[in-house]
Amino acid sequence: MIHNTQLTPELRDIASQLLEAARKAGLDVFDTIFELVDYKQLNEIAAYGGFPTRYPHWRFGMDYERLSKSYTYGLSVIYEMVINNDPCYAYLLRANNLVSQKTVIAHVFGHCDFFKNNYWFSKTNRKMLDQMANHASIVRRYIEDVGHDEVEDFLDCCLSLENLIDIYSPFNQATRKTGPKMEDEDEVFRGEPVHKLQSKKYMDSYINPKEFLDQQVQKQEEKVKKKKSFPEQLERDVLKFLMDYAPLSNWQRRLLGIIRDESYYFSPQGQTKILNEGWATYWHSRMMTEIHPLQDSEIIDYCDQHSGVVAAAPGQLNPYKLGLELLRHIKKRWDRGQFGIDYINCDDPKKRAEWDTKAGLGDQKLFEVRRIHNDITFIDAFLDEDFCHEHKLFLYDFDRRTNKYVISDREFGKIKPQLLSQLTNFGQPIICVKDGNFKNRNELVLEHLHEGTDLKHEFTLECLRNLYKIWQRPVHIETIIEEGKRRVSFDGSSHSVEKM
Amino acid sequence: MESDLNRFRKIVRGKIKKELRRFISSGDLVGRQGNKRITIPLPRIDIPHFSFGNREKGGVGQGEGDVGDQVGQGQPQPGQGEAGDQEGQHSLEVDVSLEELAQILGEELALPNIQPRGKENLEDKKYRYSGVLKQGPESLKHFKRTYKEALKRSIANGDYDPDNPIIIPIKDDKRFRSYRITHEKVANAVIIYMMDVSGSMGDEQKEIVRLTSFWLDTWLSTQYNGIERRYIIHDATAREVDSDTFYKTKESGGTLISSAYKLAMKLVEDHFNPSEWNIYLFHFSDGDNWSGNDTADCMKILESTLLPVSNMFCYGQVESRYGSGQFLRDLHKHFGEQNERITTCQIKDREAIMDALKVFLGKGK
Repeated sequence: MIHNTQLTPELRDIASQLLEAARKAGLDVFDTIFELVDYKQLNEIAAYGGFPTRYPHWRFGMDYERLSKSYTYGLSVIYEMVINNDPCYAYLLRANNLVSQKTVIAHVFGHCDFFKNNYWFSKTNRKMLDQMANHASIVRRYIEDVGHDEVEDFLDCCLSLENLIDIYSPFNQATRKTGPKMEDEDEVFRGEPVHKLQSKKYMDSYINPKEFLDQQVQKQEEKVKKKKSFPEQLERDVLKFLMDYAPLSNWQRRLLGIIRDESYYFSPQGQTKILNEGWATYWHSRMMTEIHPLQDSEIIDYCDQHSGVVAAAPGQLNPYKLGLELLRHIKKRWDRGQFGIDYINCDDPKKRAEWDTKAGLGDQKLFEVRRIHNDITFIDAFLDEDFCHEHKLFLYDFDRRTNKYVISDREFGKIKPQLLSQLTNFGQPIICVKDGNFKNRNELVLEHLHEGTDLKHEFTLECLRNLYKIWQRPVHIETIIEEGKRRVSFDGSSHSVEKM
Repeated sequence: MESDLNRFRKIVRGKIKKELRRFISSGDLVGRQGNKRITIPLPRIDIPHFSFGNREKGGVGQGEGDVGDQVGQGQPQPGQGEAGDQEGQHSLEVDVSLEELAQILGEELALPNIQPRGKENLEDKKYRYSGVLKQGPESLKHFKRTYKEALKRSIANGDYDPDNPIIIPIKDDKRFRSYRITHEKVANAVIIYMMDVSGSMGDEQKEIVRLTSFWLDTWLSTQYNGIERRYIIHDATAREVDSDTFYKTKESGGTLISSAYKLAMKLVEDHFNPSEWNIYLFHFSDGDNWSGNDTADCMKILESTLLPVSNMFCYGQVESRYGSGQFLRDLHKHFGEQNERITTCQIKDREAIMDALKVFLGKGK
């Protein structure tokens, strides 16, 4: 059901033919609305993260300028943009040739099917197009009320912290609760006399013996301590914590909420980059060559374009290619029955290579993968030693002597953990709120769960500065710098790094 | 998008302003100008995030090669940290028009606009392809217009078939680009740069001259429609050279400043009629002149010819290890320190360039 007026009649026909082909292949897509745009419009939309309207912010201007420049110099071409929304919106570049358009349309259906059916996208707002427009008008209204500079400054602060969300929280509704406003509850305990049982004065040392009193004091201290530990456990949704407890005015809290919403919306795309692009590439490839084959005259152009998509500069890992190859690998394995205990236990390479039970379960498995996996689980479950060798994956390392990156290992057992760790938390450091009332002085402590890579120091300093603007009391982050535990702080005027 | 872009440009402008002193003294911008635009490398403007630092840790790649081989061009995985020994190499290259740059310079130094003198009666013909004609050479055929005409004709005839849209232009359909002649005011300002290239002027001194001239040029070119530049180098004799030679020559020998002034005088007499031209004279030297006699000659030439014809005579004295700096003192003695017609400045080092610009251009002449 393609209801679009902007496509040329020719493209409209192609789109509906491809939709039919996609359905035949088993893809299940949202209604898809294609729009034909020129490169300027496409760059604009791309700068806005795929949306036609976003709140006003200079960052989009910067992205636009960068995209336009690299387009002008022929460094990069965006062929297509597609938004996770119901209906799904996709933009085609007007200047593309017909074969490109076909490939792109098929590719878009791949994404669209993925958005609709992948579990990790299931909690995203499917009316995000409208939501983004609402956000834009809210921000505009605040700009009128509060002033452009104030709003922009505050947005800069929020955006600086936008990656501090808990990417799994949308799937974990039970633990989500809105926190109470912070009150100084430990006031209650301060100066309160130790609890004693009633007694006559001369009986006191018997009824309230020293052990009992010690016990009571200890109990009380524990109680205070528990109250003091705030939040009670590490909180990964730092933005939420700030919304609940930072001394913000209404408009600030609202803006922070908007940034957080958008961050959550975009997060599945970061978590499924390899699988999502691989999936779309896999299906455009199958549709163009198998399900709805191109004409002979179009093949060369198609190959040219497709090889551009999966090209990898020497030594680099292209997510499109990795995803595509891994899906093909799965298809092959499950078609030939290369799974199960017998196959896993078989260590005769020749037998393994020739293993074929004619199981024919490839497609079924593919759709299962698309439904439940994200990049980490996808790589974890299916990147096996055979694949690793076949596709010549390697580990590289920085060689301080030559100042170059060199290949350091080709051993499967090391490559896979490295790849997985790169993908953890979609390549972002994991940072939690540890203490919202540090030193009982209302100072904020974040903790960086260090996994081997230090934070970029100058950015950390900048971020603390921004965090301070929101928390309005000294802020700290505990991390590891060059293998020593450190607390980096900002007290409103200067930074300090303290050994722990 | 327009407003976001403007907002971004404003931020960029602010950055340039902030970094202007550094740009002026570092020479980063010199030689980066293309056609009226200049590419400015700025430290990346970005929103900081808590993110991983320079990953010297490496990662996973794909391809041929043995253990120990270098990976790609030392640029593994876009976005996963970069190769190289320095951090934060991401820089933002912004294009700014020379005009805008001059404007920023003007704002920062609070430079007054120049009141041009002389008649603005120099005009030049310019050919602009702005029209369309029915006749012309094939090489100037306007493709789109031609086919539009053909399409119109074919629809009017009734032989256009949307399902088989083949259009063949005939002779009458053809359209050609044509030019119009416009008259434009042209260069009515000339800058004559003079530099002492005697043995005592080292590379650093020349670099300072080069940087100073670049910024002088930038400012003056926005003040006039077009600008002519002439370059004179001198030691004991003077000769006119092109800009390249001007900055690069290393001569040696004595210094007769008068030789340069005489040549400048001749240039003005031969080519630049003072009633039509705004004439700017900049002279850079380390202040060593061969003899007192020659200095006296210089004063005479300045007094009698150069000063009356020029908008401005500027003398920039670059400090060098060997130079005595005597010439500046002589100038002051002869003309007084606060002379309307003569602007002098000592440029001690690169840092002082900005102040020198302010002195030279601050008079608005």
